[in-house]
Amino acid sequence: MIIAERKPLEEIAAMAAPYEKVCVVGCDTCVAVCMAGGRKEAEETAALLRIHREKNNIGGVVESFSIERQCEYEMIEEHMEKMKGYDLVISVACGVGVQTVVDYEPSLKVVPGLNTTSFGYPVEQGVWKENCLGCGNCVLHLTMGICPITRCAKSILNGPCGGSADGKCEISKDVECAWQLIHDRLASFGRVGDLAEIQPPKDWSVSHHGGPRTSVREDVRIDRGE
Amino acid sequence: MIAGSKLERAINSGEFVVTGELGPPKGADIEEMKHHAEGMRNHVEAYNITDNQTAIVRTSSIACGATLVQMGLEPIIQIVVRDRNRICIQSDVLGAHALGVKNTLCLAGDHQKFGNEPQSKGVYDIDSMQLIKGLKDMRDEKKFMGGDEVEGDISYFLGAVENPFADPFEYRVDRLEKKIEAGASFIQTQCIFDLDRFERWMELVRERGLHKRCAILGGVTPMKSLGAARYMKNNVSGITIPDALVDRLKGAEKKKEEGLKIAIETIERLKEIEGVAGVHIMAIAWEEVVPEIVERAGLYPRPKF
Ligand code: SF4
Repeated sequence: MIIAERKPLEEIAAMAAPYEKVCVVGCDTCVAVCMAGGRKEAEETAALLRIHREKNNIGGVVESFSIERQCEYEMIEEHMEKMKGYDLVISVACGVGVQTVVDYEPSLKVVPGLNTTSFGYPVEQGVWKENCLGCGNCVLHLTMGICPITRCAKSILNGPCGGSADGKCEISKDVECAWQLIHDRLASFGRVGDLAEIQPPKDWSVSHHGGPRTSVREDVRIDRGE
Repeated sequence: MIAGSKLERAINSGEFVVTGELGPPKGADIEEMKHHAEGMRNHVEAYNITDNQTAIVRTSSIACGATLVQMGLEPIIQIVVRDRNRICIQSDVLGAHALGVKNTLCLAGDHQKFGNEPQSKGVYDIDSMQLIKGLKDMRDEKKFMGGDEVEGDISYFLGAVENPFADPFEYRVDRLEKKIEAGASFIQTQCIFDLDRFERWMELVRERGLHKRCAILGGVTPMKSLGAARYMKNNVSGITIPDALVDRLKGAEKKKEEGLKIAIETIERLKEIEGVAGVHIMAIAWEEVVPEIVERAGLYPRPKF
């Protein structure tokens, strides 16, 4: 799922300061699971913003509600009239949600209330770990299900580098060396020999480096007969 | 003979080789670096020129390497994959060749978070293994990484680094072999302080005959002070210094002399290890001491290569 964190309140307050009628709009999918921008967090953000504005003598109203998925037109649609009633929408969805709302209704003023950080999963309550970068050409079959593109600080395909020590990455003692993990997992399956093969340079053209990507599936497109 | 560089000739001669290291300055005035280069002129075969070492912005390694060429000295330019993509790296290698640089050393480079631009975007388009292989193919197959043809002749002596002190230990020899397969003709190791571990690594290297397929130069760094030793031990990625060594320095009255002694003893031991082709002395911020180390380690005068 997509992981995000709320922006500092001061930053959100500064974005909202010039506007009278403000609404914090949550998204009940990924960002609700990572407790950053679901209904509850949208309400919380609105409440904090109200207190902040009161303290700073900024009038107006700050309200909130949430949409089941901000990244789908069908789900945004039913809330559109409501959103149009505000001078500013603070979307606490991920960056995808923010932009889907903007695309759907260009007349709306929409700002982000979250910093979208990564694709990952909750390892334990309150801890989310990034493990995919969406590079467009999955290598997990070569690396025993551990992504070196995401989890190695240098995205090395022929690791580990010379900075790997005691299972940790050179960038921090809190970060596991992905290549130590890959090595150990290969070893447990008797496949360390796999590492002898020199993996060629990666084709980054299918990743974001090739420009923004659009996936098209002709077989499932709806022929609107235009 | 591949590139006919002095370093290559020295290695092929079978003599115990000595290389030094120069760190370009954080400014465009390279006089001091040139002075250090002059100081070691008769004591080392070639000089590594670091490439924005520890991710700190410095004068480019190729510019400094070309300056050494003008001085009649032999540079080994370092290329890290952190700051440049394959377009820029290949272009720079062509440029370095055009300027008379004959040795290239391939590294991953320390992560940008360690340097003075921690907010920069790390490139890591290719990794160090792909860099070695790519530069080998550029030289031997006349092909760029993307498959296009390289015009005209180009030749350089290719080296890489290996860290016997990194983990997982057993894999470090496999990785050396992989670098040799990729195209490295010489290897400089990370600074050796833990000689026992180094010897164990060399044993595994010899078991596979890897020392016969590439020249292994042991990395040696003299410790200038207790502070410097502690700093390296705790903050420099990839370096391990046994506590006993730190204690020895701590107990010594004259720290600098003790640091020198340790470095010299290390070289003496390296000379005895079968398969070690030479030493690479990294006395960064203490360059003036290199001639003394080389002399006291019994490696002077240097043979003519
Ligand atoms: S220490 Fe491991 S995870 Fe960190 S950069 Fe090196 S190979 Fe990648």
